[in-house]
Amino acid sequence: MTRRHKNVLPGFPLTLGYTLVYLSLIVLIPLAAVFIKAADLSLAEFWAIVSAPRVVASYKVSFGLSLLAAAINSVFGLLLAWSLVRYRFPGKKLVDALVDLPFALPTAVTGIALTTLYAGNGWLGKPLEALGASIGAALSALWLDFGGSAETAAALAEFNIKVAYTPLGILTALIFIGLPFVVRTVQPILEDLDPELEEAAASLGARRWQTFRYVLLPILLPALLTGFALAFARAVGEYGSVIFIAGNMPFISEITPLMIIFKLDEFDYVGATAIAAVMLLLSFVLLLVINVLQAWTSRRIRKGRR
Amino acid sequence: MSIEVRDIHKQFGKFVALDGISLAFPGGQLTALLGPSGCGKTTLLRIIAGLESADRGMVLLEGEDASNTHVRERQVGFVFQHYALFRHLSVFENVAFGLRVKPRKLRPPEAEIRKKVHALLDLVQLDWLADRLPAQLSGGQRQRIALARALAVEPRVLLLDEPFGALDAKVRKELRRWLRRLHDDLHITSIFVTHDQEEALEVADQVVLMNHGRIEQVGAPQEVYQHPATPFVYGFLGAVNYFHGRIEEGRVHTDGALLHADAAPGAESLAAGASVTAFVRPHELDIVPESEDHAVGVAARITRILGFGALARIELTGLSADARNFEVEMGREQLAVRGLHEGQRVRLMPSRIKVFERERDDDLVAGAGI
Repeated sequence: MTRRHKNVLPGFPLTLGYTLVYLSLIVLIPLAAVFIKAADLSLAEFWAIVSAPRVVASYKVSFGLSLLAAAINSVFGLLLAWSLVRYRFPGKKLVDALVDLPFALPTAVTGIALTTLYAGNGWLGKPLEALGASIGAALSALWLDFGGSAETAAALAEFNIKVAYTPLGILTALIFIGLPFVVRTVQPILEDLDPELEEAAASLGARRWQTFRYVLLPILLPALLTGFALAFARAVGEYGSVIFIAGNMPFISEITPLMIIFKLDEFDYVGATAIAAVMLLLSFVLLLVINVLQAWTSRRIRKGRR
Repeated sequence: MSIEVRDIHKQFGKFVALDGISLAFPGGQLTALLGPSGCGKTTLLRIIAGLESADRGMVLLEGEDASNTHVRERQVGFVFQHYALFRHLSVFENVAFGLRVKPRKLRPPEAEIRKKVHALLDLVQLDWLADRLPAQLSGGQRQRIALARALAVEPRVLLLDEPFGALDAKVRKELRRWLRRLHDDLHITSIFVTHDQEEALEVADQVVLMNHGRIEQVGAPQEVYQHPATPFVYGFLGAVNYFHGRIEEGRVHTDGALLHADAAPGAESLAAGASVTAFVRPHELDIVPESEDHAVGVAARITRILGFGALARIELTGLSADARNFEVEMGREQLAVRGLHEGQRVRLMPSRIKVFERERDDDLVAGAGI
């Protein structure tokens, strides 16, 4: 009992208890239910459901595009955060507020808006298709000029840039909804960053990219990874905006959450939970890996903080 | 290497930071840029380094115009007030940074980098900390590492921006002596910015006094201290008492009495009746008992006597209408001999004064030590 008084911060047992109860109620119990429900299946049945070719194709679309979208968001989110922190320009406050909009917008609205824009007759879809067609024609002509086969030339002529109803459309939607995560995690770190560090690097002869690579990036990396993980997690779970723009073609543009909905529509609750369990597991493993990476990179930084 | 700046102007919005600065920094010397905060000294240093560009004027390094050269090509070592160490890199890697970022053709081999970094860490006497991170060091150690890092690229010039500004008093003193010794060993042309007159006078070969974006005086420490060119310099280089008065027959009169029996230096060229301010250092002001003879000196009352160390400091308030405060320094035996006590009415008699025509009142107040 004497040990109790050694902790300076009061209320540790209370807060820990609260945390565990809360986490259990909100997160753990519902998630556990997924596994319990899925456990109704025999291992063979379970495997048959989750390894069906159409479902496997949906994993690839969901996880592949989510990772890609998070990666793209990391690059452009960093750029956006950089501009917002480092430069002063008219309307900066407005842009800053706009960044959060994907958080607030109902996902269905996002999906419908993006679809309308990028569809073949949409504001952006139309010029993109025209551009794609002319690129295709040019490539095809070039191929023939260099003595290529007519078949390949014909295939090249088919080339086009279609966003809506293709995986590219899914990517666009996932980038849209994941953007705020990277910007908002990197922004405070950038704000804390002392410009003198860059000046010091420059005075020591470092070029711009060397300063970025060896001075700024190591400091920003933990935050960048956190942003990446959040954007990825959001993208994997996204449903509303994606189904409108995806076109939902089997094996090409079906996402895993859609497969779950299909199962539910057929009242195959057990099948739905089986796929959900796989999704959960995959997401958890990926997030764990990112978090370990993040902890590993931030250890040095945190130790080195003034 | 010599540094020269010609007619440098710099403006931030409406604020004029530098107003036509021309200066030559002789090669191999340690120069102090001294002045109150906001006087433009740091801006001038940053312009010399290439971290800031002047609106007008030229920076010449070794006689060559470097105004349009990027900081990384100027080969200047820059030391920041808050160290600016790379916190994710070890002490060793911090010092090695300048060598590692060199273009491949110029980059020394790894073995040579190791040798050089350890030699530099030896020079700053911190080789035993090579594997630590900056956060694990004390402020003084960090600044020495920052200096070693700047020296690693063999700069032609070393520029230090308030290098000891963030350190506590004891470490400051140690470090500035150490810097002086280091400079005597290396003889690299160095400029350091400071607002601490003691630091500037103690460390530098040459002191440049700046105020409001202009140069007030340039000279050796002895020279600027003994012969301040302007009231600002007089006030900035140590505590000072000032007396407003008028010139009559080449002497200063204040409150209807003669301030100083001898002709006042600096007053020769002034017309009779000119309004002047006489400056007197605390140790050049004597206290005598109040007597019937009111012909010389200023009447005052002792408000406080502070006796620490060898010198006692006596604070007084003038008995004239403006109740000005004065400060006197004298040996403790002197104090005992005179039997002074708080509340006593006395007369202040300067043993040495310096007279300036009165014009820039604000500077006197800002620069004066009291």
